[in-house]
Amino acid sequence: MKKNITIIKSKFLTMLLIVWGHSYTFAMAENVRVAVAANFTEAAKEIGQAFEKQTGHSAQFSFGSTGQLFTQISQGAPFEIFLAADQSMPKKAVEDGYAVKDSQFTYAIGKIALYSEDPDFVKGEETLKQSRFTKIAIANPTTAPYGAAAVEVMKQLGLYNILQDKIVQGNNIAQTYQFVHSLNAEIGFVALSQISSNYNGSRWIVPAELYSEISQDAVLLKEGENYEAALTFINFLKNPLARNIIEKYGYGTKQ
Amino acid sequence: MNEIADLWPPIRLTLELATITTIGLLIIGTPIAWWLCHSRSKWKDIVAAVVTLPIVLPPTVIGFYLLIALGPKGPGGWIAGLYGERSLAFTFQGLVIGSIIYSLPFVVQPIRNSFEAIGKRPLEVASTLGASPWNAFWTVAVPLARPGFMTGAILGFTHTIGEFGVVLMIGGNIAGETKVLSVAIYDYVETLEWTPAHILAGGMLLFSFIIILSMIKFEKYFNKSAQ
Repeated sequence: MKKNITIIKSKFLTMLLIVWGHSYTFAMAENVRVAVAANFTEAAKEIGQAFEKQTGHSAQFSFGSTGQLFTQISQGAPFEIFLAADQSMPKKAVEDGYAVKDSQFTYAIGKIALYSEDPDFVKGEETLKQSRFTKIAIANPTTAPYGAAAVEVMKQLGLYNILQDKIVQGNNIAQTYQFVHSLNAEIGFVALSQISSNYNGSRWIVPAELYSEISQDAVLLKEGENYEAALTFINFLKNPLARNIIEKYGYGTKQ
Repeated sequence: MNEIADLWPPIRLTLELATITTIGLLIIGTPIAWWLCHSRSKWKDIVAAVVTLPIVLPPTVIGFYLLIALGPKGPGGWIAGLYGERSLAFTFQGLVIGSIIYSLPFVVQPIRNSFEAIGKRPLEVASTLGASPWNAFWTVAVPLARPGFMTGAILGFTHTIGEFGVVLMIGGNIAGETKVLSVAIYDYVETLEWTPAHILAGGMLLFSFIIILSMIKFEKYFNKSAQ
C-alpha cells in the first residue's frame, strides 16, 4: 500500500515536471512559417529539426513550386519566409512589396541530374543521345527553374528537337521525380537533392557548364519583418550547421 | 501576353476528352444502372457503393491509384504493351480511362433513378405484347428513361470538363495530348499571366452556368410534358 502511494507520488511529480517544462518552452518558442520550393523539401526538413534543437523555435514548412508559392504569397498567404528555387520570384516579391528590402540572399545553388530507376540505364549524355526511352520527365519549364535548366541542357546538347516529343512535365520537381520513381517515365531530369542520399537507380550529374546556375534565393516576407523567430531562421540558414546540411543534400552554397 | 491562338488547343482537347468520356460513360454506365435497378443479387449494394465512391474520394486518391494502375507494373502498362508502349499515363487514352472512373457515379445515378421511376409495369406490358427483353429495353425503357440519360450525359460531360486533380496527377501536362483547360488555367495563374487565365476561367464560368441553367430548364420542360 505504501509502495503504491510512493509510485503515485512520483508519477504526480513527473507529470508536474512535464507540464511545467512544456509551458516553459512554449512561452519561449515561436513558430516560423516558411514557404519552400519543392526541390528543397528533404533538406528543409532536416534544417527544421536542427533549427528546433538549436534555437527552441519551430519551423513549419509549406512545399510547392516557386510560382505557385509566389501566387499564394501575393494573395496574402501566412508565410514569414520564402525559400524560392530561383532569384526572380524573391526579387519580384521585394518589388511588389511583399518582402523586406535587402533581405534577399542565396541559400543554395541547385544542381540537376538525369535519373532512372534502372541501375544500368543512365550512363551520361550518350543516354540522352541514344534516347532509348519513350518518356522523359522534366519539371514544368515555365514555372520551375529546374525544368528550365533541363530544357537548357537538352538545347545545349543539340537534342531538344529530338527529345521534345518525349517530354512529360511534372507540375513541380517533386512530381517529376515521382513520375520517374513510379516508372511511368523511364528517365527524367530531377534535382540532385532528391537523389543525393539513397537511390537505387542510375544517375548522371549534369555538368554545371550545360545550364545557367540555379541560384535559389531566400527572402524575408513582410509578415516576418519584426518577428524574432523568422529573423532567427534567416540567420540560422546562413550558419555553418545549416550550410553543411544544404551541401549534404547536393547543393552548392555561396560565401 | 500569349496569343489568343494559344488558348484554343486546350479548349479543343478538353471538349474532345469530355465528348469521348461521355460516350464511354453512357456505354458503360447504362448496363450498370440497369443491373443495379433490376438485380436481386446480394452484391448489388456493394457494387452501388463502389460506383458511388468517386463522389467521396479526393482526386488525389484516384490519381494515385491510377498512376500505379496505368504504369508499367499495372494493367494499364500491360494494355499499352500490346501496342509497344510502356505506360498509359501521360496519354489521352489514360485520361479517358481516368475520367470515366471519376465521373461514373454522375452518369449511373440519374439513369438508374430513371429506370426505377419507370417501374416493372411497362416492361411487363411490352413482354405480354410479345417483345423480347432486349427489344423492350430499347423500345420501352430507353425512351422512357430519356430524362435520366440527358441528365447523366450532361453531368458526365461537365464533370469531365471540370476535372483537375486527377489530370494533374496522371497527365504530365503535354500540349495537345493531356494539357486540358483546367491545367492550362493553373499554369497561367502560376506564371502570373492573369489575362489568359481570366479569359479561360471566365469562359468556363459562363459555360458551366449556361449548362446548369439549361439543365434546370430542360428538367422543367420534361416534367411538364410527362404530366
